[in-house]
Amino acid sequence: MDTRVEKKKLSLRERYHLMTRGLGWEPTYQPTEKVFPFTAYEGIKIHDWDKWEDPFRLTMDAYWKYQGEKEKKLYAVIDAFAQNNGFLSLTDARYLNAIKIFIQGVTPLEYYAHRGFAFAGRHFRGEGLRVACQMQSLDELRHTQTELHSISVYNKFFNGFHNPLHWFDRVWYLSVPKSFFEDANSSGPFEFLTAISFSFEYVLTNLLFVPFMSGAAYNGDLSTVTFGFSAQSDESRHMTLGIECIKFMLEQDPDNVPIVQRWIDKWFWRGYRVLTLVGMMMDYMLPKRVMSWREAWEIYGEQNGGALFQDLGRYGIREPAGFRDACDGKDHISHQAWLTFYTYDPVAAFHTWVPSDAELDWLSAKYPESFDRYYRPRLLYLREQQAAGTPVANKNLPLLCNVCQIPMFFTEPGDPRRICYRESVYEGERYHFCSDHCKSIFDHEPEKYVQSWLPVHQIYQGNCFKPGTDPTAPGFDPIKAVLDYYEINNGRDNLWYDNSEDRRNFEAWTAEARGN
Amino acid sequence: MAVKTVKPYRFAPRDTVDKFPAPLLYIGWEDHMMFVSPICLPVPPDTPFQALMDKILPDAYGMHPDFAKIDWSKVQWFKSGKPFVPEPAKTLRENGLGHKDVIRFRTPGLEGIGGAYF
Repeated sequence: MDTRVEKKKLSLRERYHLMTRGLGWEPTYQPTEKVFPFTAYEGIKIHDWDKWEDPFRLTMDAYWKYQGEKEKKLYAVIDAFAQNNGFLSLTDARYLNAIKIFIQGVTPLEYYAHRGFAFAGRHFRGEGLRVACQMQSLDELRHTQTELHSISVYNKFFNGFHNPLHWFDRVWYLSVPKSFFEDANSSGPFEFLTAISFSFEYVLTNLLFVPFMSGAAYNGDLSTVTFGFSAQSDESRHMTLGIECIKFMLEQDPDNVPIVQRWIDKWFWRGYRVLTLVGMMMDYMLPKRVMSWREAWEIYGEQNGGALFQDLGRYGIREPAGFRDACDGKDHISHQAWLTFYTYDPVAAFHTWVPSDAELDWLSAKYPESFDRYYRPRLLYLREQQAAGTPVANKNLPLLCNVCQIPMFFTEPGDPRRICYRESVYEGERYHFCSDHCKSIFDHEPEKYVQSWLPVHQIYQGNCFKPGTDPTAPGFDPIKAVLDYYEINNGRDNLWYDNSEDRRNFEAWTAEARGN
Repeated sequence: MAVKTVKPYRFAPRDTVDKFPAPLLYIGWEDHMMFVSPICLPVPPDTPFQALMDKILPDAYGMHPDFAKIDWSKVQWFKSGKPFVPEPAKTLRENGLGHKDVIRFRTPGLEGIGGAYF
């Protein structure tokens, strides 16, 4: 009888090493720089790729197992929510306009992130880093799918949910998140990780996820909350990838410091500008509010961000160039954005409204420095005009910032009475910006941003009408033609909440569910 | 500075004047943020500056209760943020306005709805 040989079980550490570092090899048929053409051109110097530390030590087989388990739970809740008409327990259908912005403007970014991390995973050297990027690429694809599935239940009952991917590529306000991510995806792999993993996911992510997921919980949206839980453990991995990448670059060579600093300056500001939409959602769109944008900024931006940059000081990194101006904006940007969307609601695929008196008082309490002085009178005027049957709508197209692509409604730091105008001339063409920081991004890489697809200019160039449209025909209505091109249902997806089909339906259905 | 790339990187600017029906003019009314941001309009270069005040601005801003109160003799003009004195009888081109120029006008004494710059 043979002696039974005890099979040696690998330790977690050995197993991780074999399943990551053990998967790499040095190419011999082709020179390394041809196999990895993007690792050096950004100027980042790496001397030892093995110094990359992955704190999670997660291997692919374990990854599949965890994700599979989370998926089962998530889809059980999504089914239960749909079968029990869970949407009837929402605080109010106004809430869903925040979710419309999410599926129109954030979900497509998850897909872009999937592509970006697939690219980074392919083009980095160093197996630890490559495996981490590959996993994140899969996470992001999963988030795209699970968000679409969690939110699709609302598409059966409400407007503004039916065409998010078509809108993402065309509609004016969605060019803000779209151009942000395309800027990152067209960067080299190191800048991409600084942009997305560090600046967005490590520094700013709490300002995106906390409001959306707590907002969903506060407002009875069990479907979106469950998605949030399902994504949470992935997000913590993503955040760690961000900080590890920054430390890795900074520790490898002192020449990397100024390059990384410039990327942090750029991507902090790019991300902060995109989050304007989130600020507006927190202060205006949640019937039951979580906290104000100002409070969230003070905790997650000023305190946490401030501490982080102090910590990175030992590598020679300082706080991002736009940090002070971002702090200055905390009393204003959410109000300015909401007023913009209100007056441009005829061309947006979600509804806006004037807050109730109790909500105005909440805003006064949260914004003692700015709300009663600047924003309450504006909202009261909008309410008055709406009651008189002449709602204030802007018919002219706005000047957009050439970098962040947001209409130029931001005011001067320190002076909320004046719009902030900046401009540059490059090769004889003039370009306009909302801030010093967007201007500085342009001035550093003008060749990139002369290509900006600015929705307003595209409309005037005639590129936003359906084929066969004749702009010279008598009685041509450009706004209607653009809505047609966008495939926004005029009168249903757009315009103000008070007279919307969403409101009428929600009130009728909840009355039916709760009475006789 | 220049963008770092692996290959030569040159693309034509997307918004040159030849692509539009007329050069773009950006206009901002100071202290009146009901209009959110400066507006963007294609305006033929041979348009007299007077037509801007007689037709284009009333179409764009006439809905604001302050607009009717403007004393045009007191209006201050700015081009790219610097004081600018237009000659109303001359055309936009003769006034030195070209594609993607931004002009602003301030109407002293008028500070929007409720004095809230709206």
